[in-house]
Parts: sequence; structure tokens; C-alpha cells
Amino acid sequence: MKKKIMSTILAAATLVTMLTGCGGQTADGGKVSISDGGKVLNIACWNEEFKSRVEDHYPGYQIVDATTGKIGDVTVKWNITPNENNAYQNKLDENLLNQASAAVDDKIDIFLIEADYALKYVDTEYAVPVSSLGITDADLANQYQYTKDVVTDSNGNIKGVSWQGCPGVLIYRRDIAKEILGSDDPDVVQGYLSDWNKFSETAAKMQEAGYYMMSSVNDSYRVYSNNVTSKWVVDGKINIDANLMAWVESSKAMVDAGQTNTYDLWSNDWSAGFFEEGKVFCYFGPAWFIDFSMSAGTEGAIATNGGWGAAAGPQGFFWGGTWICAANGTDNSSLVKDIILQMTTNEAVMTDIVVADNDFVNNKPAMEALASGEQKIKDESGKEVEYFSKVLGGQNPLPMFCAGAEKVDLSNQGAYDQGCNEEFQKAMKNYFDGNATLEEALELFYKAVEEKYPGLTH
Amino acid sequence: MSGKIKRGKVVSYNKWGYIFLIPFVLVYIIFQLVPLVTTIYNSFFENYRQGLMQVGPNFIGFDNYKTILTNGDMWVYAQNTFIMWILGFVPQIIVSLLLGAWFSDTRMRLKGTRFFKTVIYLPNLIMASAFSMLFFTLFSDGGPVNSILMQTGILDSPYSFLSHAGSARGLVAFMNFIMWFGNTTILLMAGMMGIDTALFEAAEVDGATSAQVFFRITLPLLKPILIYVMITSLIGGLQMFDVPQILTNGTGDPMRSSMTLIMYLNKHLFSKNYGLAGALSVFLFIITAALSMLVYRFSNRKEA
Repeated sequence: MKKKIMSTILAAATLVTMLTGCGGQTADGGKVSISDGGKVLNIACWNEEFKSRVEDHYPGYQIVDATTGKIGDVTVKWNITPNENNAYQNKLDENLLNQASAAVDDKIDIFLIEADYALKYVDTEYAVPVSSLGITDADLANQYQYTKDVVTDSNGNIKGVSWQGCPGVLIYRRDIAKEILGSDDPDVVQGYLSDWNKFSETAAKMQEAGYYMMSSVNDSYRVYSNNVTSKWVVDGKINIDANLMAWVESSKAMVDAGQTNTYDLWSNDWSAGFFEEGKVFCYFGPAWFIDFSMSAGTEGAIATNGGWGAAAGPQGFFWGGTWICAANGTDNSSLVKDIILQMTTNEAVMTDIVVADNDFVNNKPAMEALASGEQKIKDESGKEVEYFSKVLGGQNPLPMFCAGAEKVDLSNQGAYDQGCNEEFQKAMKNYFDGNATLEEALELFYKAVEEKYPGLTH
Repeated sequence: MSGKIKRGKVVSYNKWGYIFLIPFVLVYIIFQLVPLVTTIYNSFFENYRQGLMQVGPNFIGFDNYKTILTNGDMWVYAQNTFIMWILGFVPQIIVSLLLGAWFSDTRMRLKGTRFFKTVIYLPNLIMASAFSMLFFTLFSDGGPVNSILMQTGILDSPYSFLSHAGSARGLVAFMNFIMWFGNTTILLMAGMMGIDTALFEAAEVDGATSAQVFFRITLPLLKPILIYVMITSLIGGLQMFDVPQILTNGTGDPMRSSMTLIMYLNKHLFSKNYGLAGALSVFLFIITAALSMLVYRFSNRKEA
């Protein structure tokens, strides 16, 4: 019996300690070491998106199988690790920390990052400045400024390039707008939503008529968190911006009034509003959200019948986007440079991506030509028409997106954003649900963040 | 002279005993003893990663232990774990005893016991994580349980099961109960079938009621098995992780009232905080050992 107990406990202890061996040391030394002539190009990413973009649009790319391809005589290896539970970053961290000692063909050449945690990688030596690859400011001149700000390190070097822009808009249900606000015209609807006071007045109207303003308080979180005036961490101390407290206040009021709920994003309860039976007036989202996430094509989905409309909403924000970084230690630097240039600056490729994939690309002239109707696209019958979105009932949302992309301001982002944003929303849910006072919820938030980042205090 | 030869033979036989033990000892040392020792070793160091920056390992003595003792979180999560374990264990042992008694009762001659034994064991074969996902969907605001409750008029608006401490803990306990009562039933039944049937027959002849037979004969003779079930369940309960982790998406919400000790341990893995996690593991080790000793001692004394 004793042995049984011992072995059970020991087995539990094993789990903890087996991971100990995997720890690595931060590589020191701040110098860029890139070279040419490698036979294998390793790309680390978390889904198929970039892979399919390269397969479809990079000149001369040959598909070998699901995770390999060929460019000339260089083998391209896709190292795809899903994002769930931080798995992608954990894997990437290990790879980058061991980059110096890895075999030549195993070294990461390109890795992809998202805005929420961009600085974690950008502000290290593991990503090289794109200028050291030979990419000049002139090459990137047509890109939106915020996409460069996201990946600018503390010394002013740009360390990544994106092919996407992800400015967001408010997406509302046309039928509900007609019923309650009297019109589904984007300009009229915008008049009811142009600032947070009007937003909450409209929310009260929606609630009276039996509708929810938003599906969840988390829908508007990004709109607030993109418009903060201070960083999450100041001098090693956790700092909660006044705008985030404004989100807490307005969210609590909305939840108490029954105008919205506290569902997690992407949960079934949250996405129920995409369908006819859902009673949700609006969501917040960028181009990819409208095209891929709102269940377009599914029977009963509002998106299938083009029942949504887009308005600028109370404040500008952005959501998502993928940046391409060149890893320090790459042995394919000129190929990396060419992939970055082709995929993010070649205007013909960019326009192709918009037309084929409905993405909002990071190229001002291409997007503005589509927004103004100067550049036509072909509709189903092959006729040349102005760009339109089926989900939005034929509306062309690009002028709104273009204006939004110019306004995004990222001067207050930091390396801890992802962890802090996640924990803040999780902790505040307890306050909204009435399970904790504001003080208790804040205490829980501090505790959770300090678990994630043990070096921080409050 | 001859005696010496004899002794030599004995030794050469003993040798085989040791040789057969080698695989176990090797596996034990590599996978259990070494990790145990390194866990304790690690608990004396400040050793974590913040972003891509590695901090430590720096020797800091008992600071990690102090941190854990002073912030008091461990006791809260230990209490959560214990509450959820008790909530699941009490119904589990009652239902298992009842089913075990019925299934092994020779007088009742139940039909299809084999079928039911299989059926009640089935939930244990489902992965705990899949089971949690299922319950998460079933009990979500727009899920089937809320739909049924609303259609039958019991509720006016959906009840958020996972936003209330009682129902969240209750769900975790209920899932553990469903998953483990089949296993416990089979263990207890094995114990009951081991009891000499002559005792039951004698009781019957003496005119004992079923209740009397159960409490005066079955239960006392079942004690060793009951204690085994209790200890394994207690240790299993202390390690409760997958069900609440998946059900609450790792948050242990509301207000971490369903966060167990191992979920707390898991929180330290995000920052690869081997120091604090190591110290917490040592505490867990001590708690488990103490509880097991207590139950073991207690049961031994009564038997004697």
C-alpha cells in the first residue's frame, strides 16, 4: 500500500520535473548573424493562412506535400503549431533559444507573430531588423504606419512586415436597425453609435425591444484597449489604464441592465448571435472577421443573406494581423528577403490577394483604388463592378477600413499585452457576473498576471 | 566445507531475485526518484522565464516556501479541491455500495448484471477532457439543459451554471462521480463476493433482515477494500485537474472557487516557474503523504 501511495505521488512529481530539463538559457550577444546558401527554409507558424497565401501567390513555389514545398532547389518546411494554450509560442521559444546550437537545416528562418505579443519577440535579438536583409524604408513606403509600429523595437528598428491590415468596424444587423433606429443606412446608423454615450443610449433602446446590444462585453474590449493612453506595465509595475476602467464601468452597467452578456469570445453562446434566432444587434470586427468568422454560407446565418451592415462605430480599433519576421541565424537571407518583399510589397500580388481571398492588404494604393471604385473587380457574371461585400449586403466597407487603418495608434503597446488583456477580461467577468466586488476582481487580476510574469508587482 | 557450498548455492539463487528487480528499480530511479529529488532541489531556486528572458536559477533558500505560505492561495485551492472531492466521493461510495450489494446478492438473482456492470463502467472509458467538453456544451447558456429547463417552465431565463460557485463545483463533483462510481462498484463487488456465502446463509436462517445483513456482515468484512478505495480516491482527488481545467477553461471561475491545487501548479508552467512550482509540489507531497498516513494508521489500529 505504501509503495502504491509513494509511486502515485512520485508519478505526479515526475510530471512537474520532467519539464525541468527543457529549460534553456537566453542566448547573449547582440549581433545579427545571417547568411545565404541554406538548403532548407524553416517557417514557424500557427495555421495554414500564410502557407496558402505563399502557395497561391508566391511565384515559383511548388507544393510537395502538406508540410513541405520547394522554391528552386530550396526545400520549404512548414512547422505549424496551433495557438491553443500558448503552444505556438512555447514551441517557438524553445526553437529560438536553441537557435545557435541547432543543426543548419533545423534553424528557424522565418517565424510569424501577432500584434498582441509582437514586442516579446521584436524587442529581442531573435528577430533581425529587416534593414539588415536589405529591405529599405522605400520598399515599405506604401504600408500602413501602424503595421510598422507594431514591429518597431525600442531602438527604432523595424523587425517584421505584414501583408495584412486589420482595422475594425462595428458590424450591425440591418433588420434590427430598421426596426429600432428606423433605417439600415450605414450613415444613419453611425449617427446613433458615434460615441460611447450614444452607444449606451442605443443599447437601452435595443434592450427595451428585447435585443442585446452586443453578444458579450468582450466584444467591445478591443475598442477600448486599442485606445489606451498608458502601457500595461510601467517600471515593472502593473498599470491599469483609465480607458480600461471605463470599459469595466460601462460593461458592468450594460450587464446589469441586461443589454449584453459575459460570454467568452468564440464560445457557442457568443456566436449564437450570428444566426436569425440570435437577438444580437452588433459585433466589432475587421475584414477577416466578416469574411471567415460570421458563419457565412451556413443556413440560418444572417451573413448568408447579407443581413449585416458596417459602420465606423464609437472609436477606431484593429484586431489581428500576422507579421513575418526573419530569425537571427537564418541561412537563407536572400530568399527570406524575397518572400517578404513579394508577399507584402508587390502590388500585383497584393491586389490578387484582395480579389481571391477578400483580405484587407497592407498596401495603401491598392486598397484606396479598390475603396474608391477606381480598381474594379469581377462579379459572378464576369462583369466589372466596384468592390462589395456579400456579407454586408453589397456595401463596400473598404473606405471605412482605409480610414480606420490610418487612425490606429499603437504607441502604448508592450510585451505583456497578451497576458494582461486575457487575464483582465477573465478576472472582470467575475465582477460583471456579480461573483466579486470590483476590488476582489482587480486583486484576482493582479494575482493571475503575477503568476504569468513573476517579475511584475502592483 | 560442505556448509560453505550450501550457502553459496543459496546466494546464487538470491542473485536471480535481484536481477529480476533491476528493471523495476531502474525505471523507478529514472522516472520517479530522480524527478522527485530534482523537484525538491529546484524548489530552492528562483528560476523562471519572463517573455524570452530567463531569470535564474539563483539559490534563494526557503523563499519559495515562504511565498507560498504567506500568500495563502494554497489553502484556498486545497479547500476547493477537498470540497469538490467530498461532493463527488460521498454519493459515489453510497451508490457503489448499494449497487455492489444488489449485484452480489445471491437471494435477489438480478438478471443482466453483467450488462449493467459494463454500462456503469463505460463513463470511465471516455477521456476526462472530452467528457468536460461535453458537459461544458450541455450546461452552457444556450445548451440543451437550459433549453429543457426553460421549455418546461422551471426557469424563465437561462441559468449560467459555470458563473455560480455552487453549480460549477457541483458539476465538477457530478462528473467525477459519474466517471468513477462504476470503477468503485466493481472493486466493492469483488470484495463482497469474497465474503463467505455461509455467513449470509446463517444470517438468513437466523432471520436477519437485508439491512441487518448489510450493516452487520457485509460492511465490517468489506473494510479493507473500503479503505483501499478511500485512499486511492483521496489521492486521485488531490490530483484533480483535467475535469475542472477544461470545464472552466483553466480559470477555475467563478473567482477561482473551482480551482484545484494541480490547476494552480499548472498556472506556474506559463512562466516556466520551476522554483515556485517545485515548492508547491513539495507541499503537495507532504499533504498527500500526511493524509495517506492518517487513513492508513487509523484503519490499521481498528483492525488490530
